[in-house]
This record gives sequence, structure tokens and C-alpha cells, in this order.
Amino acid sequence: MIATISRHLTGERMTYALKINGTRQTVDVDGDTPLLWVLRDVLKMTGTKFGCGMALCGACTVHIDGVATRSCITTVDSVGDSSVTTIEAIGGTALGRKVQEAWLDLDVVQCGYCQSGQIMSAVALLASTPRPTDAEIDDAMSGNVCRCGTYNRIRDAIKRAAKGKQP
Amino acid sequence: MMAPETERLPLSVARSYPARLSRRSLLKVGATAAGGLALAVALPSWSKAASKENDPALNAFVRIEPDGRVHLTIPSVEMGQGIYTSMSMLLAEELEVDLDAVTVEHAPPNDALYANPIPILRQQTTGASASIRGFWRPLRLAGAAARLMLVAAAAKQWNVAASTCSVKNGVVFDSSGAKSLPYRSLLRSAVTLKPPAPDQIKLKPPEQFKLIGRSPKRIEAADKVSGRTQFGIDVILPGLRVAAVAISPVAGGRPRNVNKAAALATKGVRQVVTTDEAVAVVADHMGAAKKGLASAAITWDDGPNASVDSKMLVEQLKRASEAPGAVARNEGHFEQAFSGAARRIEATYELPFLAHAAMEPMNCTVHVRKNSCEIWVGTQIPTVTQAAVAALLGIPQEAVIIHNQYIGGGFGRRLEPDGTLLAVQIGKQVDGPVKVIWSREEDIQHDIYRPYYYDRISAGLDAAGQPVAWHHRVCGSSIIARAVPALFKNGLDFDAVEGAAEPPYALPNILVDYVRAEPPGVTTGFWRGVGPAHNVFVVESFVDELAAAAGQDPVEYRRNLLGHNPRALAVLNLAAEKAGWGKPMPAGKGRGVAVQFAFGSYLSLVAEVAVDEKGTVKVERVVCAVDCGLPINPVMIDAQVQSGTIFGLTAALRGVITFKDGRVEQSNFDTYLPMRIEKAPRIETYIVPSAAEPGGLGEAATAIVAPAVTNAIFAATRRRIRRLPIEST
Repeated sequence: MIATISRHLTGERMTYALKINGTRQTVDVDGDTPLLWVLRDVLKMTGTKFGCGMALCGACTVHIDGVATRSCITTVDSVGDSSVTTIEAIGGTALGRKVQEAWLDLDVVQCGYCQSGQIMSAVALLASTPRPTDAEIDDAMSGNVCRCGTYNRIRDAIKRAAKGKQP
Repeated sequence: MMAPETERLPLSVARSYPARLSRRSLLKVGATAAGGLALAVALPSWSKAASKENDPALNAFVRIEPDGRVHLTIPSVEMGQGIYTSMSMLLAEELEVDLDAVTVEHAPPNDALYANPIPILRQQTTGASASIRGFWRPLRLAGAAARLMLVAAAAKQWNVAASTCSVKNGVVFDSSGAKSLPYRSLLRSAVTLKPPAPDQIKLKPPEQFKLIGRSPKRIEAADKVSGRTQFGIDVILPGLRVAAVAISPVAGGRPRNVNKAAALATKGVRQVVTTDEAVAVVADHMGAAKKGLASAAITWDDGPNASVDSKMLVEQLKRASEAPGAVARNEGHFEQAFSGAARRIEATYELPFLAHAAMEPMNCTVHVRKNSCEIWVGTQIPTVTQAAVAALLGIPQEAVIIHNQYIGGGFGRRLEPDGTLLAVQIGKQVDGPVKVIWSREEDIQHDIYRPYYYDRISAGLDAAGQPVAWHHRVCGSSIIARAVPALFKNGLDFDAVEGAAEPPYALPNILVDYVRAEPPGVTTGFWRGVGPAHNVFVVESFVDELAAAAGQDPVEYRRNLLGHNPRALAVLNLAAEKAGWGKPMPAGKGRGVAVQFAFGSYLSLVAEVAVDEKGTVKVERVVCAVDCGLPINPVMIDAQVQSGTIFGLTAALRGVITFKDGRVEQSNFDTYLPMRIEKAPRIETYIVPSAAEPGGLGEAATAIVAPAVTNAIFAATRRRIRRLPIEST
């Protein structure tokens, strides 16, 4: 589908046709609506979380064309024809599944609220950096806050997913 | 993994056998609607409702359905502490079923059924690190009783003695192993049997444990890594609207001007609602609600608290701390011993207001109908909330239905009904269900804050440096007096002095008193670690000061004061050993230690810090030794030690809420600073094997980490930190 026109102006209605988890979804919202609320409230995909609204905590992290992106400050009119991937679909990729398995193997989650975003950031990191150093993990994961303090296990799980064995 | 809402067994028809169990527990059994076995262990009643009926409350509610599934209604709420898993383990252990045979259900509000029996709660509250402490025994009794009845049913069918039968994974075998019957085929028969007499229920000895002491995966972990877990904020209902809310920036203020027309002109906005203290914009989605709220350009009447500021509040506390308070403990003769001491040491310690800042912002979904109200919220206090909503709406408590939810971090914030009450005030003006979500800024600026404490502490030492007199005066607002007034007695707040009144050390001539001083315009509440999170910092810092004054090693000094307290001494020794205490450290680095008994658990924690030329502190390693009695799930213990450590460390290093012009100065994660991964130290947990009664752990490490770190800073720099956060001094 080349140059899909994702904005349709029909009378006063402005709709956006978004490519989310491989499916085209059309939504009728203002163009400055954050993608986060389109996902959560319009499309009822609640795996992506609201935490701060200012890209300070990473709970809302999704992938846009594979890049970890804070959906709380990403307006729907900026998405265009890009592919949006959310936590609901990340397990459908080999790397996503591997990260989720590492998260389970190492008992990472506690309250779990931030973990959608943590996992999306970790998958994006490993996709570009298959064997991250501690410093690279810090860089990639620093934007994802966990108030339960699961950071030791997050680090270990990323290394486990990278190496496929115990860190 | 959550089961759909199911009807509770009508307990009025459950057969009741007033057999006495140890600790005056009772067992009740009955049939479930689907023909399964329902069973509860009743503890002595704490609730008014139950005492009226003179009928002990049932508080561990288990159903085994004909499909073989075991349903456990969990009285506590899951907010990361792992209680749904640990409670399921306790039941499954004695019932002899696999953990994955257990389905958990959030409990509806009902103190008669689900009150935590520990004396400081006695209601359906998840707090005080009390879930395991309150429920480990009832759950094991329930599991064991059900197993005994199912075995008895099989034995009856085979016409053999029950004692010759055995159970494995929910299947009863005869002595030869040739005959077997699964639980699901025994339910109808078991229901007709008399529950075992109390002296027939023997809990498993530790050597037979299959689950306790092991670390099965969290039952909800798979859902949490795939975004499937439904938190309160994720509730979706037919016709649901969402609402963004602005609350008066000054406590007690009111909205003055609201441009409703501008808000309503926003696409997707349906309604603008005002309450005494807030404005809410109701919309189809939160993007529209927030945009509408911004365009409403709200102005406020600030009210009487517009001049509140932190300097003034601290000055008030400082003055209040000068006068004697309500006595929490007074043994020996402090004044006499202090004035006769070879050396006298005095200090003041200050701890700031703190917000909870859980990752899931405050939210609540309500559907207010004519004579009833339905609520979806993650709450640590379902019954208190239910009563408060009933009072607000003037309807009977039973007309308020609460569906508890997984909580994205509680830390004490969800021990308050304020978020639900605000949602109800909004929801009663909305036709249909509405989900009210606070912004992060509202969440931080309208928290119910950990109190500011201004403590005075003094000690006299003898010629050998041993303490001969100890006085700790705690000064700060009383959470208990506001939140649980019935427990505020003679001016004493037991929570405010917890960790101060009973330090683990042998301290002769000890006086501990409490001065209540309420800051105007600030509501204070429970914060992870509660009393100990403040007092352990003061006590452990000051013990370190005494060791330094005596010229003694901090570990050795503590050892000498713990001769009477073997479990505290053991964790201290274990932490010191694992941390390599005494090994030389390079310049600019130091080790600090602390010891604590709180929530029924003993901890000792050693922190290693590096302090650079600019004074920047980096915590490099944390070693924690834990004696929490019988360890139920070691991985969960380790996780709670790590979690509590990070939470306490975050606050100790940089956590502070301040007020200016009546307003909270911090607003989001750029000003109320969370710890991020690059600052998190490695945390090592060492568990002391024990068969003692389980203690609580959800809050323990939060309380102990700050003094270990400040003591380490002292070791590295000779700089003593007496006011938190560290980075402000």
C-alpha cells in the first residue's frame, strides 16, 4: 500500500487511518490527540499505559516503525503511514517473545504497570543492539521508570534475552 | 488469570459447625451453587456486624468447583507485593493441589468475611505489611481442612480408614495406590461430612512442603508481561466516558471561573462538571477531556491556606518539638541518667513530606444510579471506601458495589478514599459510567503526604561509650488521629512512634514521647514503611553517632547492644559477613549499616557508597540480611527487598515535597524525581532459614535503607546527614 492517504476530510470529520499491530484502524479524533489515548480509549487497547503525559516515565512506550516512542506526546496526525506496534502484539515477534520469556524467567514484574513500556523499550534496544553493554542498557532504559524498583531484574532479563542464558 | 466475577456462596445457608480450632478459629463448609465444596476458616470476629450476630466472621473463602478448579477469594489486594501468589501457595500447600489449579478472585468489600485479623487492622485493609502475617494461618487451615474432608470422603467410598489414604496433586489414593479419586468427584460427598475437629488438623511440617519455601512464578506474571492485566485505569464498560480533572491547587480552595463553553467546543467533550474543589471535563476519550480541561481556563479562589509554605511549616514543627509530648515509653530515669552520664550527645533529625507517585495515577470508574453506586477501583481499603461513598450519597452501604482491581503501585496512596469520593461527586452528575483519571500533576500535587517529622534525640554514654540514657521525641502530624481516630489514645499515635518506642537494642533509661503537630493545608497519610520509615532513620543514624562518639566500629557497637536479641544479632552478623564488613575501602567510599525489627521481620542492611569531590553520592551496593520467619516464597522476598530498597533510596536521595503559596511545588517526574535504572545499585538479599511465624516484608527494606546509606556517607566523608533528602543537604 503505497502512499496511503491516512487523513480523510469528509465534511467536518477528520479521520486517521492508523496501521496498528498490522491492522488498519480508522479513528475520528482531533489531529493533536495523543496516540496513547487513541490506543487506550478509542481502540480499547489498554496494554499501553498512561504514567506522566510528558514522556518522562516511558509507561506509554510503543514502537513506531520499530523505534521505541512515547505515545503520550505523539500526536495522531504525526503517525502517518508508519507501523505502530504495541505490547499486545510484541509477543508475536521472536524477539518480543524472547524478552517476555526472560521477564518471566527472572521474575521481573511486581505491580506490572510500567512493564509494558519496559518491555517495548527493551525489545527496541535488543533489535538494534543485540548484545548491549550495561551502559547501553542504561541509555535505552533510563526513560522507563519503575516505582516498584525492578531495575536489577530488568537489567538481568535484558542480558538473558540477549544471550539466551543466565546473566 | 482473573476469574470472572462469581456469586459468593450465600453464607447464611452454609452449614456451621462451631468446632474450636486453635486460636479460636472455626470452620464452615457448604455447597457452592455449581455443586462444589465451599469452605471458610473463621477467626474471632472483629467486625461490628459479625459481633451483632455473635457469629465469628469467615475470612478465608475457598471454593472447589466440580471442574476441579480451586477458587480463592483474596482479601488483600495485589499491588506488586505478590500476595495473590503467596496466598495461593499457602492454600495449595495444605490442600495438596498444584498452584495452577488455583484461580484467584478480588474480594468484594466485606469486613465480616475478609478483615485482616491482626490487631492494628481488624478490617479489610491491605497495609502494614500484614497480609501474610494475618492470613498465613487461616489459609493453611482452610487448605488442610478441605484436604481432610476430601480424603475422608474417598475413604468412606472405599470403606477404608482415612489415615491409610494419601493425596497427590488433587487426587486421593488408597494405600495400595491402585484406587484413586480426583477431588472433583468427591465434592458432593465431602460437603455432607463434618469438618475435622481442631485437634485433627495438623499443618504440614516444613520437610513436607512442596510449595512453601520455593519460588513458583507469580500467578499474574504472564498477563503482566503481555499487557493483559486489567488495572483500575483499564476498566472498560459499555457507554463509558472518561473525565480529566483539575483540583484546587490549594487545599480548601474552590473553582472561581470556568470557561465551560470553550471546553464544550472541544471535539469529543460531552460535559463539564464542577464539585466544591474540582472541575472535571467528561469526554469520549482522555485526549479530548484534557484538551477541554485546558481550554476551560479555570481560575481558583485559594481559600484560607494560600499562604502555607514549607519554611513556615517546618518552623511550626520545630517549635512544637520543644515541649514534652505523650509518653510512648518510659523505663528507668532518663533525666537522672542523662545528667549523670560521662558524655551527652544531642541531635535533631528531619524528614520531608513525600508523595507516593505510584506508576498508575489515581483513577476511579463510577456508575452512580438512582439508589445505588457501582465502583471499579484499585483500593487498599474497600470497606472504608464503601462506607464513605454510602455516606456521601446517603444510600445504604450494601447499595455501593465495589469491584477491586489490580493496582499499579499502592505504597499507601490507595489507603485513602479521596480519589473515589471525588469520582463519585463527578459521577453523580453524569448519566452513565465515567472513568476519572488524574494527570500526573494532579496525582503529585493532591497526594496525601507522608508527614514531615522534626525529631529530637539525645543519649548519655558511660565512660566506656555505652548508652546509659536515651530520649527520642517524635514530632509530626498524626495519621492515626485523622484516619483511624479510634486508635489514637491519650495523644499517642502508635504509628508515629513505631520503630522509636521499641528499638532492637538494650537501652536503659529510655524515654520516647510524641508531639502531635498538624501542618495547616496539608493532609498527611501512610507511606510505604510507615512509622519505621521515619524512626529507623533517626534511631539508626543516632546509634551510629553514638558509635562514632565512643570511637567504636558501628557493627561492633551494635553487637554489644543486641546480646539479648539473637535474631537481630544474627541478621546483623550475616549482613556484615556478606558485605565484607571491615575490609578496607578506598578514599571517598564507605560502608554503613543499620538494623531493624519491624512488621514482624528482622533486617540488617549494609550499603556501600562512593562520594565524589562535589559531594555527589552514588550507592554502589546494598546487602540485606532478612529473618522474616518462615520464608514463604524466597524470590518474592528478594523482590520485596529490592523494591523496598529502591523505594526508600529514591526518597532518601532526592525525595521531597515542598509548599509555596499553599501549592505543592513539585508536579511531575521532572521535579519529583524517581530513581532510574542507571542509579539503581546491585541489591543482594540473604534469607535466614527459620520456622518462626512469618513476618511482613512489603515495607521493611524501605524503612532501613536510608540510615545505612547516610551512615555509609559518614564513613566515607565524616559528614553526618540529619535532614533528608540527602541531596538537599
